[in-house]
Amino acid sequence: MAETHSLQDLQQPAVSSKVFVQRDYSSGTICKFQTKFPSELESRLDKQQFEETIQTLNNLYAEAEKLGGKSYFEGCLACLTAYTIFLCMETHYEKVLKKIARYIKDQNEKIYAPRGLLLTDPIERGLRVVEITIFEDRSIGSGR
Amino acid sequence: MKNCEYQQIDPQTLQTPTPTPPPHLHGKESKQREEEEEEPKRPRRKWEVFPGKNRFYCDGRIMLARQSGVLPLTLGLILVTCGLFFVFDCPFLVIHLTSCIPFIGGSLFVFVVITLLQTSFTDPGILPRATPDEAADIEKQIDNPGNSSYRPPPRTKEVLINQQVVKLKYCFTCKMFRPPRTSHCSLCDNCVERFDHHCPWVGNCVGKRNYRFFYTFIVSLSFLTAFIFGCVTTHLALRAQGGKGLVFALQESPGSAVELVICFFSVWSILGLSGFHTYLVASNLTTNEDIKGSWSGKGGEDVTNPYSHKNIFINCCTVLCGPMPPSLIDRRGFLPSDESAQTSGVDIELPSAPSKSEINVCTQGTKGLLESATRSPLITTSCPQGKPQAAHTCPDISPAMNSDPSPEVSTSCGARHIMISHGDTSPQRHTKTRSKRSKRAALHIPNPAFDVPVSPTSPDAGLGSKSGAHKGASFAPLH
Repeated sequence: MAETHSLQDLQQPAVSSKVFVQRDYSSGTICKFQTKFPSELESRLDKQQFEETIQTLNNLYAEAEKLGGKSYFEGCLACLTAYTIFLCMETHYEKVLKKIARYIKDQNEKIYAPRGLLLTDPIERGLRVVEITIFEDRSIGSGR
Repeated sequence: MKNCEYQQIDPQTLQTPTPTPPPHLHGKESKQREEEEEEPKRPRRKWEVFPGKNRFYCDGRIMLARQSGVLPLTLGLILVTCGLFFVFDCPFLVIHLTSCIPFIGGSLFVFVVITLLQTSFTDPGILPRATPDEAADIEKQIDNPGNSSYRPPPRTKEVLINQQVVKLKYCFTCKMFRPPRTSHCSLCDNCVERFDHHCPWVGNCVGKRNYRFFYTFIVSLSFLTAFIFGCVTTHLALRAQGGKGLVFALQESPGSAVELVICFFSVWSILGLSGFHTYLVASNLTTNEDIKGSWSGKGGEDVTNPYSHKNIFINCCTVLCGPMPPSLIDRRGFLPSDESAQTSGVDIELPSAPSKSEINVCTQGTKGLLESATRSPLITTSCPQGKPQAAHTCPDISPAMNSDPSPEVSTSCGARHIMISHGDTSPQRHTKTRSKRSKRAALHIPNPAFDVPVSPTSPDAGLGSKSGAHKGASFAPLH
């Protein structure tokens, strides 16, 4: 069991802290997150990468909430069917949310996990915040 | 710093075996309450530990406010009226007029019932409460404000939306700064996005996600009521022809008399309500904002509604035909075993494994650190389901309800909510009555006993004027 124990240690690093990227309401109630780079991440991540991630997320949410011909058509059709269509059909918003989930997973694998960070999908926090978990520096014998 | 070796975290490998859903799940929430305290034998769904005052049925698929208000009465009235219509009036009218009548009536009836049920059973846009980490982070920010020369009062934050200053208030219950247009409903104990009002007729809050259902419901109900009223009048008029008289007609068709009374008293208030909400939709306002006069510029400043697109058509399309936002409370998601995190997810049938693995990364890695923090606030909140509240504790604004058998039930609690949660002294200037019994009572305001300790209200002066103004404005084009 010793191996299991140490394996658990290695695979479950302690959370050092969490950073919360809040919503940006300057454009109204649409889902948009602040692109201000949190100071706690300065040692771990490039400002540009962070901004790019957040900006892509913002663009994806904007696409989900976009008011255009397609969403109006969906809305009108739903109204005519007494909204029962929502029971059978996946809405445009839900499709984009799946896309966002894939994007976040991808970002985690490529950029954030190698740096000891983890992005949490905002939908799990009620679209209030983007939670970035900072894991402890577990470098073993780094001699620093 | 960059050359230190960070532990590469692979979210996939950290996924602990998530509890697989058992082959059968208890549909009724009452059975789970006994298992709450000790180790649950089966994985629980998130609705079972939902902190707000809501009731869940069908294993979380359907949700209602805990106080269902007069929803049974609403349904009953609609069913009874339509039933009488089909039994007493349709046969006569089909013969003497046209056979389209039952079809029109039937389709309106179906539309009304479906939209009513959807309004009642849909999540209105509830915001899940902040996780303990978030709450702690916000607390830190509040205690250490930025170095601005102007310090707003604590627990409020100002943002600029389309060049308009909007104050965001801190919700003590949900432990977060409420997004714009969000309000905390004291009846449901939830923050609801784009909060319109809590409607006891429908037994639920009306908010971002179900406003279109609500609007469709009241518009189709106005059509239905007007249609039935017209048909019954025609029916009685036809029967009374030939000098037989109204009394004879009523004796022959007693059901029509009941319908006539119900429809006569409801059609005005429902039409008025539809008109009022059409005005709200066209200006992209909520009842809550209208009552508080947030954008009416009463302070003499130049305030405009920052959410309006300045175009009636676009406003209507945005509100009624915009994209349907997802439910932010993941009712049917499974709680991670041994963890009662207040996570929320999309309310679709996604396998929640990818997201759960991320949760497990955080939680498993911090078992010692976070367990106590995350467990305590949630398990101590009592599980609200399965306890239908017999006592309706709405004492206040609705004048028109006094003639009802359940006089303590109120109508729109939008104003009441404002007073309870913010504790300000704005007078109740408006009430939306949906009384089906008396429209006249709406215009004069008997003052029911106020149990609400917070607000000194001046119902008489305030209540009538605004509602009268609105109703007057909305009635004009309708008559």
